[in-house]
Amino acid sequence: MSEISTREPLIKGNKSLTNITDDVFNPIVARPNKLWFFGLTIAGTAALIGLIAIVLTVWKGIGLWNVNKTIGWGWSITNFVWWVGIGHAGTFISAILLLFRQHWRTSVNRSAEAMTIFAVICAGLFPLIHMGRFLLAFFIFPYPNTRGVWVNFNSPLLWDVFAITTYFLVSLIFWYVGLIPDLGTVRDRMKTKFKKVIYRFLSFGWTGSAKHWQRFEIVSFTLAGLAAPLVLSVHTIVSFDFATSVIPGWHTTIFPPYFVSGAIFSGFAMVLTLLIVARKTMNLQDYITLNHIELMNKIIILTGSIVGVAYLTELFMAWYSSNEYELFTFINRATGPYWWAYWIMMTCNVVSPQLFWFKKLRRSIGFTFFMSILINVGMWFERFVIIVTSLHRDFLPSSWEMYKPSIIEVLIFVGTLGIFFSLFLLFVRFFPVIAMSEVKTTIKNK
Amino acid sequence: MEISGYYDREANLLDAVKKLRENNISIKDVFSPYPVHGLDLAMGLKRSWLPKAAFVGGAIGAISGFGLQAWVFTRAYPINIGGKPFLSVPSFIPVTFECAILFAALSIVLAYLFKSNLGAGADNKIYDERATDDHFVVVLDASNFVHNDAEKIKMKLEETGALDIKYHN
Repeated sequence: MSEISTREPLIKGNKSLTNITDDVFNPIVARPNKLWFFGLTIAGTAALIGLIAIVLTVWKGIGLWNVNKTIGWGWSITNFVWWVGIGHAGTFISAILLLFRQHWRTSVNRSAEAMTIFAVICAGLFPLIHMGRFLLAFFIFPYPNTRGVWVNFNSPLLWDVFAITTYFLVSLIFWYVGLIPDLGTVRDRMKTKFKKVIYRFLSFGWTGSAKHWQRFEIVSFTLAGLAAPLVLSVHTIVSFDFATSVIPGWHTTIFPPYFVSGAIFSGFAMVLTLLIVARKTMNLQDYITLNHIELMNKIIILTGSIVGVAYLTELFMAWYSSNEYELFTFINRATGPYWWAYWIMMTCNVVSPQLFWFKKLRRSIGFTFFMSILINVGMWFERFVIIVTSLHRDFLPSSWEMYKPSIIEVLIFVGTLGIFFSLFLLFVRFFPVIAMSEVKTTIKNK
Repeated sequence: MEISGYYDREANLLDAVKKLRENNISIKDVFSPYPVHGLDLAMGLKRSWLPKAAFVGGAIGAISGFGLQAWVFTRAYPINIGGKPFLSVPSFIPVTFECAILFAALSIVLAYLFKSNLGAGADNKIYDERATDDHFVVVLDASNFVHNDAEKIKMKLEETGALDIKYHN
């Protein structure tokens, strides 16, 4: 008991139960500030531009992109892996930290889960467009068809279809099951008739009955137990897209843990980017405290260091394996035409998170915000380095090529950033951003 | 007729539930803004069977996921991919695993919504809108009581520290 009481409280301001409801409910009914409209305008415009680029690609074909027959994956798969990776933090926070009974997650899990869902939506777009025939994308699902063919279950790309679909659906229902009680609170507080009807529909008739709460808790724990291995499996399977091939630099057994920790690393960075802005603009400093930011920064040190060790292991194995192709690939990564991408990746992902060993920096909001962006830049370059540098010079020098994206590819990426931030801004406007009922269980003066 | 008592502290609620049950007054339901620990024990609620739904769903998912792949690759559409065996179990594992998780998650959530009568458009009775904010509500079924009993129960609720007592028809 004494140990618990000396710790910093999870939320500040000595809130009562109804204070918590007020703080979460008020932004939903208040008129959003100018900053919100400004953000939504920028993000919406970016999304629209991206949509135009996607329509152009579907209309005219993949020829609008600069991918070529050596570098077939380019920006779109880089972006796919990057977005899926970002989408790992939400379920990590809500599932794995729930199982470990880390109560601090209650302030951040709702928005992190929402972020996961939006990131997976953005991720899912890329392979669909990259197939070239967007409208036939449903061919990737195994269903009896008049063509008389079935999908190839030996292909990791098909495993991806199952992994991403499952991950999206399970994250979505996990998020929504948690939202139902809070939507009930919003419904009961709502005074406007029209909005009340909408929230009554969304809250699924929640009453807060003891039996419902009992089932709610057991469902949350079971879903967490299911989602925890699922999180680990998704990026493992994404890494299989590379690891099961024979391309030097891809064909390595460390890919699954390396990708999973990289995913959580970048996901936490994105959660920090969003929450540092959200806590300031929505006055949530009492809920998302410096303590939360520091704890997330500790996870960043851990996962960032695992990523660093993985990079060094790759280098060591390239030398130790005496495989000349493997060795060439890594020397080429560090000193070849894409050396700058490799060194951006190394600086952002390996060197910079180590600065978080200093408590002062870990608890500095400005520095954390800067780092959160730096890490996601680094993690984007990691995927770019893995994909492009491995492909651009493989076994046959006759097929060596260079790749730089076309404007359409860049605009599609910008578009997904727009979609992501638009969805997140709409979420903070219409949904309870903090898991009220969960935070209420953690406060002391109830 | 139903009687509801209102509390604003978790401890008082747990106390009240225990006392009411000790006096053989059966509790129809309790509403709270968050899951109260120990309430299910105090109310004598049975353990939920929902995890079994997840297990059954997961088993069906795993079997059908594996079964589909095995059937497609050995019966429906056997193709030779790099000389690999048709029934290549290791490469069927990822899809089997994902199907198991998906089916398990969907079954437990659907069972939960169905069993609790929750769903889009569900219109369950709300006794008091404060129950999802900061109040704890104990609801007693009083339809079989004669007038005196109701009075006694009201007194019991007051004894346990109920801030407010209401009658519902």
